[in-house]
Amino acid sequence: MSNIKTENRARFSVPDNSMVFARGVRKSYAQLEVLKGIDLDVPVGSVACIIGPSGSGKSTFLRCINHLEKISGGILLVDSQFVGYDLRGDKLHEVRDDLLCARRAEIGMLFQSFNLFAHMTVMENLIEAPTQVRRVPVDQAKAEAEVLLRRVGLLDKVNRYPRELSGGQQQRVAIARAMAMKPKVLLFDEPTSALDPELVGEVLQVMRDLAESGMTMVVVTHEIGFAREIGDQLVFMDGGVIVEQGAPREMIANPQSPRTREFLSRVL
Amino acid sequence: MEAGVPAEIRAEPGAADIASRLTVVPRRNYGIWIGTALALVLAAVIFRAFASNPAFAWDTAAGYLFHPSIMRGLGTTLILTVVIMLLAIVIGTVIAIMRVSPSPVLRGFSAVYVWFFRGVPALIQLIFWFNLSLLVREISLTLPFIGTVFSARTNDFMTPFVSAIVALSLCEAGYMAEIIRAGIKSVPSGQAEAASALGMPYRMTLKRITLPQAMRFVLPPTGNEAINLLKMTSLVTFIAVDDLFYSAQSIYARTFETIPLLIVVAFWYLAVVSIMSVGQHFLERHFGRSDVRTEAMPLRALRNAFSLRGTR
Repeated sequence: MSNIKTENRARFSVPDNSMVFARGVRKSYAQLEVLKGIDLDVPVGSVACIIGPSGSGKSTFLRCINHLEKISGGILLVDSQFVGYDLRGDKLHEVRDDLLCARRAEIGMLFQSFNLFAHMTVMENLIEAPTQVRRVPVDQAKAEAEVLLRRVGLLDKVNRYPRELSGGQQQRVAIARAMAMKPKVLLFDEPTSALDPELVGEVLQVMRDLAESGMTMVVVTHEIGFAREIGDQLVFMDGGVIVEQGAPREMIANPQSPRTREFLSRVL
Repeated sequence: MEAGVPAEIRAEPGAADIASRLTVVPRRNYGIWIGTALALVLAAVIFRAFASNPAFAWDTAAGYLFHPSIMRGLGTTLILTVVIMLLAIVIGTVIAIMRVSPSPVLRGFSAVYVWFFRGVPALIQLIFWFNLSLLVREISLTLPFIGTVFSARTNDFMTPFVSAIVALSLCEAGYMAEIIRAGIKSVPSGQAEAASALGMPYRMTLKRITLPQAMRFVLPPTGNEAINLLKMTSLVTFIAVDDLFYSAQSIYARTFETIPLLIVVAFWYLAVVSIMSVGQHFLERHFGRSDVRTEAMPLRALRNAFSLRGTR
């Protein structure tokens, strides 16, 4: 296990403490090339925020990280491991479904539309994956779920169905559900874009707490304020490439590329 | 009012006074009164015809209501309905899952299945399976090196009852497959995606996330199908399975009390359909519980039962 990681690190010169490592990641659908060579390093415990106009490929890149989309070229490692492949010699073998699932379970993902399981209560949503995928005993899973729900401030909603919650509450439950799998990294795909403006704050607050507790996060967002305050690095994508990346404060105050300047002037 | 001017109601002094003295005269809708009168007259005429025409022979009908052979026939009809429906749901689910599978061969197979079994009339399928022995004399399983493990003459096991079950299950499965496929498609793709992201394999996602949510959409039309199927089983009369209709037929063929026995048959079909509607209501409520915030009125159960419809 760690042997593979050591080999990968040496072979691809992955920096120490790397959680997400991307080199030349490309993705095309038929004729359309959505990602045209993405290089990115997200160190353990850091927060990377990805901004950019719609259609820039930022969500696609996020979905490539946990292999919801297969990449067409390049190298993408999570915790120094391929997610959907095993490297043997010079060949990348696609892994069996159960192995892929086990690796995906360690990568949490949050969606713009929350995607809570509509037929399950909040508690059932939280214990579903731990009990079914990891075979955690129900009592233990419930106890852990209660801790997480207290952390996102929704312990009083355990027996509610998603429909009965506000968007902000649903997204907080979704974060707790992802955390229930004890992931190594959390991917956020525009987590606040579907929310009423007054509900955005409560979700950002939960994300801020997670970041402060040392969670590694990759956040596709339009919340520039959040990126500036919480992000360790800011990535601006456009047309399938990273146009500019750097420390959020400097980049927002003094963007180098004219394209970045134009985008920031419109969203700030 | 012009734009920009704050909208504000200005009442003249005394207007409130006048307003308190005004009364509303409801509009007269004569069409509804005429329609109601006509419907009442029609109902009275029909009732009179039923009550006064001696050919209905209500006493005779009442006498046959719990006749042992009618009861046996009703039992057969119910067993056929339950067994065929269960088999149709199982086969239909398999066909529906094939229909949404990534493999084009599986998708094609299920498409042809649905096309064939929905396209050929049930009665013809029924008679076809009943006459299977004309096509296949013997069914046997022969393994290399071991020899014949199992062998049976088609006529020995393709009894009318078995033919009825095989034929109508396969036919009904074609309809169920389409209903279940539509149900699966009605579940937003984000649900399966979230399950994948949590590390749930495809089959687990299908079983735990997609199918339970599809149930809510699948149940109302399935209730309709069950009710249709109950009535469709009367076709087995053609291959001499002694169901409700066949039992009635064999009585009136002897006694010529055709109308009273048809009334008995109609009564039992209506009674079973009514009970099924009530059951369907409670099933729907169970699977729709993530939707309803307040308990549904018990009245709805009654209304559902008497409207004799499968859908809400």
